[in-house]
Formats: sequence, structure tokens, C-alpha cells
Amino acid sequence: MLREDKRRELLDNFMRKHEYDESALLEILHKTQEIYGYLDNESLMYVAQSLNLPPSHVYGVATFYSFFKLKAAGEHVVTGCLGTACYVKGVEEIMQAVEREFNVKRGESTADGKLSLFVTRCIGACAMAPSVVIDGEVMGKATPELVINKLKLLLGGNKTETR
Amino acid sequence: MSNSTVTLKIDGVEITVPEGTMILKAATDNGIRIPTLCALEGLSNSGGCRLCLVEIAGSPKLFAACITPVSSGMVVTTNSERLKEYRKMTVQLLLSERTHVCSVCVANDHCELQSLANELGVDHVMFERKWTDYKIDSTHDFLVIDRNRCILCTRCIRVCDEIEGAHTLDLKMRGKDTQVIMDLDNNWGVSCSCTSCRKCAKVCPVGAIYVEEEPLARTKHKEIAEFLLARRRR
Repeated sequence: MLREDKRRELLDNFMRKHEYDESALLEILHKTQEIYGYLDNESLMYVAQSLNLPPSHVYGVATFYSFFKLKAAGEHVVTGCLGTACYVKGVEEIMQAVEREFNVKRGESTADGKLSLFVTRCIGACAMAPSVVIDGEVMGKATPELVINKLKLLLGGNKTETR
Repeated sequence: MSNSTVTLKIDGVEITVPEGTMILKAATDNGIRIPTLCALEGLSNSGGCRLCLVEIAGSPKLFAACITPVSSGMVVTTNSERLKEYRKMTVQLLLSERTHVCSVCVANDHCELQSLANELGVDHVMFERKWTDYKIDSTHDFLVIDRNRCILCTRCIRVCDEIEGAHTLDLKMRGKDTQVIMDLDNNWGVSCSCTSCRKCAKVCPVGAIYVEEEPLARTKHKEIAEFLLARRRR
């Protein structure tokens, strides 16, 4: 993990590259999330002040796109696609199975911070519906069993209660 | 700006207005009323409430009059049976989206949504209501926001940004989760940019933003934007 001043420097450099242009807000928020892992109020305020934008506007943009995370994500992230095709193909069952299996609610992380479960709209992989993204990798034609097995593998010997 | 004018017909009346005028303004200036909840003289147009939908001859689509500029020879209908039906439905959707209970609302009798519902003859809501239960924010010294009554017209946001210049308010999230926020979704009382100018309460068409213990009839003053703009243009 980078030190705080180093991270701030990376962000500063990136904003300078964009000449603190307010129209580069999306790119800059992307970069901020890449550097910090998520967007907390402190970094949102820093971006707003650097670009001379109203904080409420920056917050509005950050919450409009489901890509941006305002809470720290767990070590591993699983994101269910709730687009139309995936929904019809039963992604909801997968979501519920993951919620039950790992005792985590969508939009939140497990108590030990090992796993986060997020929801997103269409990721554009409709032909492989239902799709689930696990740590940045798309799993097409997913089933509850496939997803849970993969997650158990990722979480290693981590014991979780099963029902 | 060019000085050329455009002639069009609205509800059978021939009207000549400067090029680039929006249909809503052309109609209003000529005594034809088109219902709207988000448009406000002096503010930019947002086209959000969809109540000013009109028909334009030659197109099966409906157009939001507040964001559709006039063009030469246009024939506009503002009050057909179809439009009345759509407007009734739109008002019902607005009512179903949050928790609108007139009897316990500060804006009762001074509410643009309520009077429009009455005018259109909306006597029931055919959609399932959401009955939202958002927390009321009364942390500000005298301004209160009850998001359960908000119709997301964005008048407060636009007046705060364009007239006051503070841009304290904005929208967060989207779809059914959209809400008006202050700064980084903070409580109003700790807002770093709010100037407590009350303009948001003055232009709010419903009872979502109001001044504590002040009769709404005294607070409401939606001509404020136009008034201030006119002073500045001098």
C-alpha cells in the first residue's frame, strides 16, 4: 500500500496533466478510485476544490455511476450484473445464494472485510448471461454453485458458516 | 443574437416570437397556459417534470414545451384529450413516487402539485405508492428539507447555482433513489457553501423545502429568480 503523501502526489500529477479541467472530472474520479480503492468524502472534497467544482456536483457524479464506490471494498469483490438479460437468466438467485452463503448484503462487505458484494447494471456481456464479475474477471453463464465454489477458492481456508 | 422572428400556431392562434424562443415561453407570453412544475422564468430549463408535453403536427412524438424551440410554421396543440390523460398520469406518478399527504403538509393550499392535481381532476392514484420514509433534515438554523415531499423538479438546485451562485444543492444517485443533497450529502446545518439565502424555499413548488415556523404563503416567492435577473441586467 502506498503512503498517503505518495497517493496524493499521484492524484495531483494526474490532475495537473488534465490542467485541472472540470470536464476531466470523470477521468479524475476514475484515477482517484484507482489510487485509493474507493472515494471517501475527503478525496471527493479534495477533487472538488482542486477543480473548483461544487462538492455537491462532484458527489452527484460519483453516486450516479455504479462503477464508483463510496465505501471501502473488501479484499475480494463480487459484482452481480442486474441488467435485463442477466436478470431474466436468474442472476437474482446467484445474488441471494452469495448473500446466504457468506452472510453479506448487497452493497456491503462481510464483517471480516474479506468479501464485498456489489450490484451493477448491464456490463455488456448479455450473450453470456447471467454474468458475475469476480475480482475484475467476468464469469459468464454463472450459476450459484460456480460462483460460490470460485469464491470459496479465493477466500482460501477461510471458514464460513454454511446452511 | 439574431433579430429574426418566427411565426407559428399554438392552439389555433398565430404567434410571432423571436427565433430560439421555447414553445412554453411563446405560449405563456401570449396568454396560453401550459402546466409545468419545473420550468421557472429566470432559471435554465431542465425538461424534467414532463407536464408541459405538447403535440406538434406532423410528429407522433410528444415534445416538452419548455425545451423545444419554436420553428417557422409549427402547429402546436397544448390541450388535447390525449395530453390531458398523459398529464393526469404524470401527476399520479409524481404522487406515487414519494410520500405526499396534503393534510399534514406545510404546503397545503400553497402547493403547485396539489393545485395542478385539482385542476387536472386527479381524484385517485392508480399506481402503487412508494411511501418513502426519508429522514427530515432540520439541522439548519431555519431551513428544513423533507425529501419525502420532493418531486425532483431541480428548481432549488438551479436557483442555488444560477442565481445565488453557491451550488450547495445537487442531486445524488439516480432513478428511484435520486435525492437532493447538500455538499457531500451532509446535513444542511454543517454545509460549507450554503449562504442561507432561502431562495430554494422560495421557489420550491411543493412543501419539500420550507422555513421553520414561517407561513408558507410568506416564504413562497417563485418570481424571485426573474426579479433578481432583471436587476442584474440593468
